[in-house]
Amino acid sequence: MNTKSPVNQKRIFVSLDTTAISKGSNKIAAHISHLLSEETEICATLVRNGSRGMFWLEPLVEIETPLGRVAYGPVTEKDVVDIITAESLNGITDHPLCLGLTEELPWMKSQQRLTFARVGLIDPIDVDSYISHQGFDGLKNALTQTPQEIVSQIKDSGLRGRGGAAFPTGIKWQTVLDTPDQQKYIVCNADEGDSGTFADRMLMEGDPLVLIEGMIIAGIAVGATQGYIYLRSEYPQAHKILNQAIAQAKTAGYLGKNICDSQHSFELEVRLGAGAYICGEETSLLESLEGKRGLVRAKPPLPAIEGLFGQPTVVNNVISLASVPIILSRGSEYYRDFGIGRSRGTLPIQLAGNVARAGLLELAFGISLKELLNDYAGGCKTKKPIRSVQVGGPLGAYLPASQWDTQLDYEAFSKIGAVLGHGGIVVFDDSVNMAAQARFAMEFCVVESCGKCTPCRIGSVRGVEVIDKIIEADANSDQKQQSRILLHDLCDTMEFGSLCAMGGMTPFPVRSAINYFPEDFGFSATGQPSDKQSANEECDK
Amino acid sequence: MSAITSADIDKINDILQKNKTLPGAMLPILHAIQDELGFVPDESVPMIASALNQSRAEVHGVISFYHHFLTKKPGQHQISICRAESCQSMGSGALESKIKQRLKLDYHQTSADGQYSLSPVYCLGNCACSPAIRINDDIHGEMTMEKFENLLDSMVTFNLELK
Ligand SMILES: Cc1cc2nc3c(=O)[nH]c(=O)nc-3n(C[C@H](O)[C@H](O)[C@H](O)COP(=O)(O)O)c2cc1C
Ligand code: SF4
Ligand code: FES
Repeated sequence: MNTKSPVNQKRIFVSLDTTAISKGSNKIAAHISHLLSEETEICATLVRNGSRGMFWLEPLVEIETPLGRVAYGPVTEKDVVDIITAESLNGITDHPLCLGLTEELPWMKSQQRLTFARVGLIDPIDVDSYISHQGFDGLKNALTQTPQEIVSQIKDSGLRGRGGAAFPTGIKWQTVLDTPDQQKYIVCNADEGDSGTFADRMLMEGDPLVLIEGMIIAGIAVGATQGYIYLRSEYPQAHKILNQAIAQAKTAGYLGKNICDSQHSFELEVRLGAGAYICGEETSLLESLEGKRGLVRAKPPLPAIEGLFGQPTVVNNVISLASVPIILSRGSEYYRDFGIGRSRGTLPIQLAGNVARAGLLELAFGISLKELLNDYAGGCKTKKPIRSVQVGGPLGAYLPASQWDTQLDYEAFSKIGAVLGHGGIVVFDDSVNMAAQARFAMEFCVVESCGKCTPCRIGSVRGVEVIDKIIEADANSDQKQQSRILLHDLCDTMEFGSLCAMGGMTPFPVRSAINYFPEDFGFSATGQPSDKQSANEECDK
Repeated sequence: MSAITSADIDKINDILQKNKTLPGAMLPILHAIQDELGFVPDESVPMIASALNQSRAEVHGVISFYHHFLTKKPGQHQISICRAESCQSMGSGALESKIKQRLKLDYHQTSADGQYSLSPVYCLGNCACSPAIRINDDIHGEMTMEKFENLLDSMVTFNLELK
């Protein structure tokens, strides 16, 4: 994997990303490497890179040519011999799968790739390749600054947590910096449990060193010498790549004692979760890291003051931490200039579910849902009309067409009773039954509740029952109306009586489903659409 | 109750020796045991408890909290079907019923011949290729019954090769 190419030798790229592999990229890679060992005229080396995020084109093969990288995809094993030729190493060919220059593809060209700048471009575990693409520039700058200067830059950049709650990262860091202690921790939340999201995974598989760099900078900024990446166990490939990257970074002197000959030290370890969605909630995560059941802790105390093993701890999402290096290397203003309102910088957007073009794109905040669904996703994969989209994971609202003009912006989403969350967008065609989706939201809460508080633990069980009653009752019957009222009361109880956003936000998908799609529950569309959708942007803060 | 061998006990002791001084050693230990033996046998509970200075109830409480840890030996091929929303949008509900029928298994069951076990999972991060399933450490996307049959065939071949 870590093959250094001799000078002048062309490189051929095939992704090692989980989704690319699920579409057969390992087989293509094996085929190509066999071909390269047989065909002596074709002088090239195979590099396994992250994915460019255009999953409908995976397995994508990229060939380095004098014109730039030329893309072919989706490639099958039988295409390999026709694609890997002496001619294709020299430029664009007329092979039917040839897509032209990768960077010129509309999907790539229109993006603002700041955090994902190197994902898909480089060999993820090759430190030299990372450095030759501006890697560790941010760290170099950080090493010349005081902790307060670093924290101030993060504040000025406007970066807000990408894990869902959108809390300003710089303010969190300031609290940890201002809490004096011998031992502090940086914890990366890589639990990425939301359906429809894979940005963390793609980044960890495609450019783990940028996450490592972000964590080292965070350590220097707040005075922490130990970092943990809490990775969900559902990500075996990311696990492997992270461990390889950490080993490489250590060998190259970026982790361990006296980083880059400075007085700073930082150790980093990956810890695996064990299939509990709630462990993505930061205090549950800390309990889990301490070796306990993942029961959510009451706040205060904030983890920034009493976090892991009772010590001051920064808990940040993968993307938040991976956005730090570019802020330090290009400056806070550069980053802040992207975006709108209070949503500064860029968001890795994940288009998932029933879409023609599923994948990841990184854009400045401000694009509308409609543009994403039409221009990028290209409508449904099933070629049917889109009926509903769920944004922000299982605790996010379902949105009908009337809401698709909403811009991607934390405040705009909160205004319509929705959340942007981790930027995942799941698309459903017109065969979806929204009553079933509402029921699932409650069911998911039953399965994943940590059990600490009653509104969530018992409320969700009741929620499933009540939704069943609504579905089963005859139209216009008293029972149906009463069950609907009961459901709304239950949602209120869960929203206001739960300790964390698991119970507190499960009402979001439920209420939006019944309000926007009452006909799926057997109510007339002209029913009472007035049920309150409260704005709830920082529910777990 | 599972019968585990004395070699297994040695392995567990080895894991405990290596990991017990880690900060927050519980999960790394449980993972290591499950990676080694395929599950976390009941016999290991008192061993872990004494190595970590905790009660058996505490150890048991942790194991039972996490969906990932198994207390019984799973099938040789552990099949997980993604039940989360993105996969639902691409028909995972129907796929799930068909796979259950095909394997004659419900969730959390293992086939009598010890070949397959079936479990639900909530998102594999493969939502760009829904519906997704996981078989041991391999993730497969855009799953259909036809593809699933092919995967089953390849598992049978794999078993024959092993014999
Ligand atoms: C039920 C629940 C699940 C969560 N899951 C995740 C997750 O998988 N990844 C994540 O980064 N944040 C998750 N969060 C948010 C975290 O609690 C926390 O806000 C985040 O890790 C802070 O990092 P950030 O400020 O960089 O976003 C979850 C919150 C809740 C209530
Ligand atoms: S709301 Fe649910 S998940 Fe959150 S603390 Fe209460 S019981 Fe646990
Ligand atoms: S929802 Fe099934 S892989 Fe994400």
